[in-house]
Amino acid sequence: MTIDEIKNVILEIIQDIDDEADLDNLDPTEALRDQLDLDSMDFLDIVMELRKRYQIQIPEADYPHLATLDSCVNYLVPRLKAA
Amino acid sequence: MSQFPEEKRIVITGIGLAAPNADNLQDYRRNLLAGRSGISEIELRYVGKVPAGICSFQETKYRKKKENKRGTRAGCLGVYVANEALHDAGLIDFSLYPRNRAGVYIGLTEHGTVETENEIYSLSQFEFNTDFWSHHHNPRTVLNNPAGEITMNLGVTGPHYSIGGACAAGNAALIQGAQMLKLGEVDVALAGGISESTGSFGIFASFKAEGALAVHDDPAKACRPFDTERNGIVVSEGACVFVLERLDKALARKARIYGELAGYAMNSDARDFVLPYGPRQTECMQLAIDQAGLKPEDIHIINTHATGTKQGDIEECNAIRSLFTDCPNTYINNTKSIIGHAMGAAGVLELAGNLPAFEDSQVHPTINLDSLDPACTLNNLVVNEPKQLMEVNTILNNSFGMVGINSVVIVKKMTSG
Repeated sequence: MTIDEIKNVILEIIQDIDDEADLDNLDPTEALRDQLDLDSMDFLDIVMELRKRYQIQIPEADYPHLATLDSCVNYLVPRLKAA
Repeated sequence: MSQFPEEKRIVITGIGLAAPNADNLQDYRRNLLAGRSGISEIELRYVGKVPAGICSFQETKYRKKKENKRGTRAGCLGVYVANEALHDAGLIDFSLYPRNRAGVYIGLTEHGTVETENEIYSLSQFEFNTDFWSHHHNPRTVLNNPAGEITMNLGVTGPHYSIGGACAAGNAALIQGAQMLKLGEVDVALAGGISESTGSFGIFASFKAEGALAVHDDPAKACRPFDTERNGIVVSEGACVFVLERLDKALARKARIYGELAGYAMNSDARDFVLPYGPRQTECMQLAIDQAGLKPEDIHIINTHATGTKQGDIEECNAIRSLFTDCPNTYINNTKSIIGHAMGAAGVLELAGNLPAFEDSQVHPTINLDSLDPACTLNNLVVNEPKQLMEVNTILNNSFGMVGINSVVIVKKMTSG
């Protein structure tokens, strides 16, 4: 998957969690949690959805990599290369 | 005149509800008087098409779509009716009763069944690999979930929990709320019941296995208590929450009082998992009447529990006949014939539907009663058309459940006495 494709997947998953989320004005370098109405259970939703879609396991120690949109993408690029 | 001091007398000052045929008390009453059924046909995983009662209400009126998605259907119903009840009571701002003095008591027939069935279905898509089991399962299935979702939405920090009482649960929660007020544990109680049971194929399939699931070509005619053609229960979702206060406080703030919870009782059959037992129901009604300081002939409306099963209806009719022997002013109806069986919400929803009788003096009808089962003959059974009375001052509400649980609540019209 390309960087843009991965970014779109993340945004699509967030949209599915909260379809009222304002994704147009999202700063990709700022924490998602500070910009959107997301809590720890929502991040687990993101982890679960990635597992369901791409069979990737994200260990708890790596959760900080999901903090911003950019860090999500950077973390996922090598893991979704073949997807 | 009540034998209790005003601070020990508990009154209903707010009502919020979602029924299969209405999402507010005014429409609900109108539809009950008109005998307008809320039952339609739904298609459910594995069991196919079944008659059922589904509620239509503004689900995002009091919380966001995201929160509804996070929570349960029971929580969604609960948040709606709890907010409606507090608005109705004029207490939504918690200025009179602070949030840490409010209690939330919710009656449930079951909880977690819907969520667990959905999760197992979802897991089946992943070859039952539990790595795909949802992290939402625990918070959605804990028994306090619907009551807890209400507290989170309202910011209520007083006690909350659920009352598991099979189909007597709504009444049981109402009684619990009244008891906590009398004990001084809380200053305002949100008490009622919720049912999300229409989301569970297992509930329908189990009733079917017991030979107790209603079947009819016209879903609106499927629930037919006391009729010779009755063949079982119509499962409905629903919710109803009452705001309860002590009488002295309600009078001081000039609250509109729907009625006083004058008497109540609960007891147990102690004999069978599913079959009801009339003699114990009689005892339960007698206990409630005694507590209210009344006699059977003082009761103006009996809202029956009858669900449309062969034996259940007969047992209750026997129980009523044995106690109400010479009661020319006692009229009898059945709300389930119109809205189906809202399980944990049934007792309170049915009580709510009858409370406006204190104002309009009408008894809403039992519908779908075309051919009365002789074993269900009752004096003054109100059939297919509403009955206008001179006055209605007392309502007795029966609510019984599996594993032998009985509950009876008596509400009196508020007078100056």
